[in-house]
Amino acid sequence: MRKHSVKSAAIVVGVLLVAGACGTNKTESGASGGACDTSKGTLIVGVIAPQSGGLSALGLGIKNSAQLAVDEANEKCTVKGYKLAVDTQDDEANPAKGAQAATKLSSDPNVVGVVGTLNSSVAQTVQPILSQKKIVQVSPANTNPTLTRGEAFATAPKRAFDTYFRVCATDELQGPFAANYLVGKAGKKKIAIITDGKTYGEGLAAEFAKQATAKGAQIVAQEKVGEKDTDFAGVIAKIAGSTPDALYYGGEYPQAAPLSKQMKSSGLNIPLMGGDGIYDDKYISLGGGDGDLATSVGAPTDKLDSAKAFVDAYAKKGYKDAYGAYGAFSYDAANSIIGGLATALNGGDWAESKREDLLKAVGAYSGSGATGSIKFDEFGDSTNKVLTVYQVTGGKWNSAETGEFTG
Amino acid sequence: MSTLLQQLANGVVQGALIALIALGYTMVYGIIQLINFAHGEVFMVGAYGGLATYTWLVPEAVKDVWYVSLPLVLLGGVAISVVVALLMERFAYRPLRNAPRLAPLITALGVSVFLQEFVRNFYPNATAALPFPGAFVQGQLSLGPIKISWTGVLLIFVSIILSLLLQTYINRSRMGRAMRATAQDPDTAKLMGVNPDRVIVLTFVLGAALAGVAGVLFGTYYTNINTDMGFQTGIFAFTAAVLGGVGSIRGAVVGAFIIGLVKTLAGQYMPGGTSYDYVWIFVVLILVLVFRPQGLFGEPERVRA
Repeated sequence: MRKHSVKSAAIVVGVLLVAGACGTNKTESGASGGACDTSKGTLIVGVIAPQSGGLSALGLGIKNSAQLAVDEANEKCTVKGYKLAVDTQDDEANPAKGAQAATKLSSDPNVVGVVGTLNSSVAQTVQPILSQKKIVQVSPANTNPTLTRGEAFATAPKRAFDTYFRVCATDELQGPFAANYLVGKAGKKKIAIITDGKTYGEGLAAEFAKQATAKGAQIVAQEKVGEKDTDFAGVIAKIAGSTPDALYYGGEYPQAAPLSKQMKSSGLNIPLMGGDGIYDDKYISLGGGDGDLATSVGAPTDKLDSAKAFVDAYAKKGYKDAYGAYGAFSYDAANSIIGGLATALNGGDWAESKREDLLKAVGAYSGSGATGSIKFDEFGDSTNKVLTVYQVTGGKWNSAETGEFTG
Repeated sequence: MSTLLQQLANGVVQGALIALIALGYTMVYGIIQLINFAHGEVFMVGAYGGLATYTWLVPEAVKDVWYVSLPLVLLGGVAISVVVALLMERFAYRPLRNAPRLAPLITALGVSVFLQEFVRNFYPNATAALPFPGAFVQGQLSLGPIKISWTGVLLIFVSIILSLLLQTYINRSRMGRAMRATAQDPDTAKLMGVNPDRVIVLTFVLGAALAGVAGVLFGTYYTNINTDMGFQTGIFAFTAAVLGGVGSIRGAVVGAFIIGLVKTLAGQYMPGGTSYDYVWIFVVLILVLVFRPQGLFGEPERVRA
C-alpha cells in the first residue's frame, strides 16, 4: 500500500512538472462611449499579454495603453457606427495560456484585431491560431526576428504569417546594438553570457554574441538558467572562474534582477547588460544595481516629442500601473489596428469577411505615433529602427545612448 | 580548487534550505502516509507572513536592527505557516483520514493551487515578485577563497540546529514517542492511550514551523519572493525526502544536502553545464531508487517518524 502511494505521488510530480503552474484567466472589457453614432454595435480589440505573474508589470502597461487608444478612438468617432471595446486575455507569459487566449478571442466574430503578445515564445503559439481566422495581430513587444522573417531571417527572409505585424525593432538589431555599446563604448572585452533558454533570450543573446565577437570581444563563458530559478550562486561561481568584465543576460527581469544582486554580493562586481526584457523599474526594485545596462526598442518615451501627448493622456486616465517599457508601443499598435479598421470599413458594415481588407489596410497603415512614425515593411516589421541603451544610475534607469543600428 | 570550494559552499546553502522543507514532507508521511504537496506552499506562505510582519508590524525604529527585527519576522512567518497548516489539516485532510490514499493526495494538490492563487490575488502586489528586506545581516563571511553571505551562514546553522533538535525531540520526548508509536501502528497506539489527532496536529505544526523559518530565511537570502517559489523548492524538498527515504528525519536532511551539492557541482563540471543541472539531480534519484527503492535511510517495513 505504501509503495503504491509513493508511486502515484511520483506520477503526480511528473504531471506537475510538465503542467507547470496553473492560474486563472481574467477578462476585462469596457470603454466609455462618447456622443458618437454606435448604432451598429461593438467591435472588440483583443489584448493578449501577461496580467499576472512575474511579467505583469509590462503586461498591465500594454493593456492600459491599448485601452487608452481605444477610448480616444471612441471619443473621436474614428470608426463610424461602431463602439470599440478592449478584451484583455491573460497569457501569464506562458505559450500554452497564450494559445488558449488566442483561441478564445478568435472564436468571437466581433474581434477585429489583437494587440499582443509581450513574449516572443507566446507569439509563436498565438500566430498560427489568429492567422487561421485572418485576424490581424500587432505586437508591441516581440523582438525575435523569426516571427516576421521566418527561420532563415538573415539569409533568406520569408514572411512567416501575413496576419502578423509589430511596431518594435527586433533582436537582430537590438543584440548587435547592445554589443556595439558594451564592446565599443564601454570597452568590455571578456564577456560572459547567461540565457534563460526561452525564444526571446536565446535569440537576443545569439545576435549579441555574433556582433560582440566581430567587434573583438571574447565570449568567455556561456550558461543557462531556469525560468523559475532563484539561486544563481552556482552559475555565478562558474562564470567567475573565467574572470569576465561584463555579463550579458538574455532573458527578463524576474531572473535578471536577483542574478545581478547575487553576482554583486558574491564579489563579482561587473555590470549586467540585458535587452528590453529587463528594462523595467521592477528590475531595480528586485535587485538590479547601479551600472547595469539594458537596451530597449525606440527612443526614451519621456523624451520623445511624439510621446508627450501619450504620456499626458496616460497620466490623466489615472491607471494604477505605469505604462512601462511597452506602453507607447502598445498604444501605437492599437492605433494601427483602429486606423486600419476605419480605412477598411470606410463607413460600411463589419463582417468576418472584412478581415482580409483589414489586413491590407493595416499593412498599408502609416501614421505618427507615440514612438515615432509607424509603418510596416513587406515582412510586417516596423520601419522604425531606433534603439536606446539605458543604464541604472542612482537607482533609476537613465538613457545613455539613442540611435539606429547601422552595423 | 577555489571554484570547487565555492561551489561546495553554494551547494551546502541550498541543501540547508531544502532540508528545512524536506523535514515537513517526511514527518507527515511518516505519520499518516500522506505526501503533503501543499507543504511547498506552506513555505511560501511563511515567506509572505514574514514580509507582512516586517512591513506592517515591526516598528520603523528597529527595522534595521537585525537582532530585533529578524526574530520578529521569523516569528511572524512561523505563526502564519502554522496557522495555515492547522487549517489545512483540520478542513482538508482530517475529513479524509479514512478515505483511500489518493483522495488526500489530490486534495493536497488542490490546497497547493488554492494557497498559491489566494496569496497571489489577495496579498498586495503579489502578482509579481516582491522585494524582501535582506539588509538585516549584511556582508559576507570569507574563508580563504570561499565567500558566503551571512544570511547563507545563518541558513546553514539554523537548518542544522533545527534538524538536530527535531531528531532529539522525536527520540527523547514523550510526545515524540507518541509520534513514533502512531507512525508504527496507529490503532495499537490508540489502544495504548495515544490521541492520534493530537499527534497528527503536532506533526503538521512542527513541519509548518520549519517551513515558515525556511520561507523567511529564503527571503533574506535571495532578497525577493514570489508566489511560485513554493512549487520548485517544494519539488526539490520532496525529492530530497524520497532520496533519503520518506519517513526518515536523517534521510531528509542528507538527501537535501545531496541535492544541493549535485545541483551546483553538476552545473560546474558535468557536460551541458547549468542547462542540465536539474537532470543530474533526478539521475541520482533514479540510481538510488534502483538499488535502494526505500531510499538511503528508509527502512522497508519498520516505520519511524
